[in-house]
Amino acid sequence: MDILPILSTLRRHKITSWLLILEIALTCAIVCNAVFMIGHRLQHMRMSSGIDEHALVQVQVADIAPSPDIYARAKEDLAVLRQIPGVQAVAMTNQLPLGGSSSNASVKLDPTQRQPILSAGTYFGRDLPQTFGARLVAGRNLKPEEYIDADIAIKALATGDTKGLPAVAVVTQALAQRLWPGQNPLGKSFYLTDTVSLRVVGVLAGLARANAHDDATAQYTMILPLLMGAGKDQSYILRTRPQDRAAVLKAAVAALKKADPLRVVTRQRTYDDVRHEFFANDRAMAGILVGVIVALLTVTALGIVGLASFWVAQRRRTIGVRRALGATRGHILRYFQTENFLLATFGIALGMLLAYGINLFLMLHYELPRLPAFYFPVGAVALWLIGQLAVLGPALRAAAVPPVVATRSV
Amino acid sequence: MFGYYLDLALRSLKRNKALTVLMVLAIAVGIGASMTTLTVMHLLSGDPLPGRSGTLFYPQVDPDPDPSPNHQPYDMMDYRSAQELWSAHRADREAMVTSSQLRLTASHLNLPPLMAQMLSTTSDFFPMFDVPFRYGGGWTAEDDRSRARVAVISSDLNDKLFNGADSVGRTLRLKDSDVRIVGVLAPWRPSPQFYDVAGGRFSNGDTAGFYQRPEDVFVPFQSSLEINAGGFQPFTCWSMPGDPAHLQNSPCVWVALWVQLDSAAKVAGYRRFVADYAAQQKALGRFVHADNTQLRSLMGWLDFNQVVPSDVRLQTWLALAFLLICLFNTVGLLLAKFLRRAGEIGVRRALGASRAAVFAQCLVEAGLIGLLGGASGLLLTLFGLWLVRSQPVEYADLVHLDTTMFLATFALAVVASLLAGVLPALRASRMPPGLQLKTL
Repeated sequence: MDILPILSTLRRHKITSWLLILEIALTCAIVCNAVFMIGHRLQHMRMSSGIDEHALVQVQVADIAPSPDIYARAKEDLAVLRQIPGVQAVAMTNQLPLGGSSSNASVKLDPTQRQPILSAGTYFGRDLPQTFGARLVAGRNLKPEEYIDADIAIKALATGDTKGLPAVAVVTQALAQRLWPGQNPLGKSFYLTDTVSLRVVGVLAGLARANAHDDATAQYTMILPLLMGAGKDQSYILRTRPQDRAAVLKAAVAALKKADPLRVVTRQRTYDDVRHEFFANDRAMAGILVGVIVALLTVTALGIVGLASFWVAQRRRTIGVRRALGATRGHILRYFQTENFLLATFGIALGMLLAYGINLFLMLHYELPRLPAFYFPVGAVALWLIGQLAVLGPALRAAAVPPVVATRSV
Repeated sequence: MFGYYLDLALRSLKRNKALTVLMVLAIAVGIGASMTTLTVMHLLSGDPLPGRSGTLFYPQVDPDPDPSPNHQPYDMMDYRSAQELWSAHRADREAMVTSSQLRLTASHLNLPPLMAQMLSTTSDFFPMFDVPFRYGGGWTAEDDRSRARVAVISSDLNDKLFNGADSVGRTLRLKDSDVRIVGVLAPWRPSPQFYDVAGGRFSNGDTAGFYQRPEDVFVPFQSSLEINAGGFQPFTCWSMPGDPAHLQNSPCVWVALWVQLDSAAKVAGYRRFVADYAAQQKALGRFVHADNTQLRSLMGWLDFNQVVPSDVRLQTWLALAFLLICLFNTVGLLLAKFLRRAGEIGVRRALGASRAAVFAQCLVEAGLIGLLGGASGLLLTLFGLWLVRSQPVEYADLVHLDTTMFLATFALAVVASLLAGVLPALRASRMPPGLQLKTL
């Protein structure tokens, strides 16, 4: 089909053509960026926690009536929980991967260093890798004799006595790679303060931090041989078979209440709920973005239908003349399809520039990465398709115009 | 003439129902989406204390002993700095605040114990922030000094424990201490919960937590330190705390200080006072960064913490872009519609109608579409706000359509559709009448 006559017709409808082109351009730009943002959120939501998620439940209790020995209390609680039928392992932890509230420490490789290299999540508690199901890829787990009660460690910190301080740690592969790129981390040391020096004895495949908002630093965590006393910020983690989780959770709450009726259970949930809650905002935003894309494409398609119908009605006589002069129905159909394709192409070309501009703005204000190039053709194909679908109805109506129209005066 | 144009517009709209519905829907959807997000934006970015916020300030000092230059002082204060600045009483009013969690029981009420949020503060808090009381009132400065075991409770807690009855004089058990209720707040829901705002710049835009409800229990600062000893959390520490149970002498920041300064001279005076205090602390060897002090206004502090969640801002941009696309759509359709009536317009022009008259007639039609779109957009806005309310976010219960936004919805719809109508109407009125008549 010759496109020159189409272009000359469009030139006579400059404003309407430009409006359609601008509408398509803006839609294309927003759809490209919205699809990209959805992808970004979905990828964030797929973040690995590094643990055996479907086998874990969490119970958090608060404010036990003044217990003379919170360490003994914690031991008793753990013993009670271990008795529950179906429980495979139990641990007390100060935080959960993707759990929200976090405990972090600044990491230095040299104690005299002014600025720490990074901040890493610090897990405290016995049997954590085993209970979590975090995979050890090198070295060993922390040994029971390496554990130190937190209050002893705090006293040691105040007095500068290194004997009461933890000396070893298990770190994640991601943290090890960041601190010692390409080297074997086992046996290497890092510092949390001037006096706390930790030697790496084990490396975990992965263990996400509690506040894993940034994908790049999400796996920067370590486990320290510190024992915490029972308290409102500690959680009991129970490992069980996935189908037993509900029963185990109920039994665990009952057992903890029985051990001390004065305590308040502030949280009881499966780990699946933990993940669900952590990404609730991202899920909602992704849903909103999908809604925006659907609404935008619908509005644009309806706009194309409206304008194409108008053009067809306006050109009824011309179409009749062309039919009378020998143009087939196919010619008329293709004329309108090509016209729409041309408009969509102009719009898409403009939309790409705009999409790039919007992406630059988002990179500046929302810390989004650069829009990968393959999103551009995705947006283009989507708009070409929408355009062709929208114009099909009016174009078929145009093709149905009988040649006899040409002979009628009005 | 307006009535006649209105009649013409109605006839024209009825003639092509599908096109009319399409235009009205496009405007309605655009208005609905943008007004939903703008309403949320309006509620979240508003002034929590209109008329008052200009006199409230948030002093900051920098107790970090690390000599490397810090860009910003900590978001909160260490206990000693806050206590010393507070007890100097250099401002018109001033209140220390810190929030903690503790067990609350009302044993005689036969209710299970619950974990309550407690705000530790000083007596000026209530008059300074215009906190409304339903029963009783705040405590006195004397209560602050004498570490009185008194408390003010929120209206939510009063409803839960006492079914909304006057509970002044009743006793609550906070952890292991009894406190006497001296006041019950009327429902109070500042947006954001400004006096607890801190650390916004570290939250990656996820700041919905700043919009949670105020605490359940308000207790004099010194009394609360005794009642909930060991229950306070530091905001951050510059070195390991020796005794995490008692933060008073710890190297940690965990107390916020708010001051009310009623005139510009007093603001300048207080700024000088904070700077002098920091210099004096440097002389004593406690501070290193004496010049790193701040005195931000309430709104300045909220801006600094970027309290509006970044997702909400992003949604607003999206919705406005969406409205723009809907408008392009409407302009195109109106243009098509008016130009199709070229013959009719030609006849009117030939019979003596001026360009202005044709223009006015077209604008009336565009405005009518805008009104219809605005009305449907309002329904969509209400639906959108209902959707926001059903989301699990802290500010969900704040979201409602107030009169301002209700009127703004209609204004936006009509202005938008008039704007959309200007270009098509202009084109229609410029058509030479002769040309159109010839084709008839």
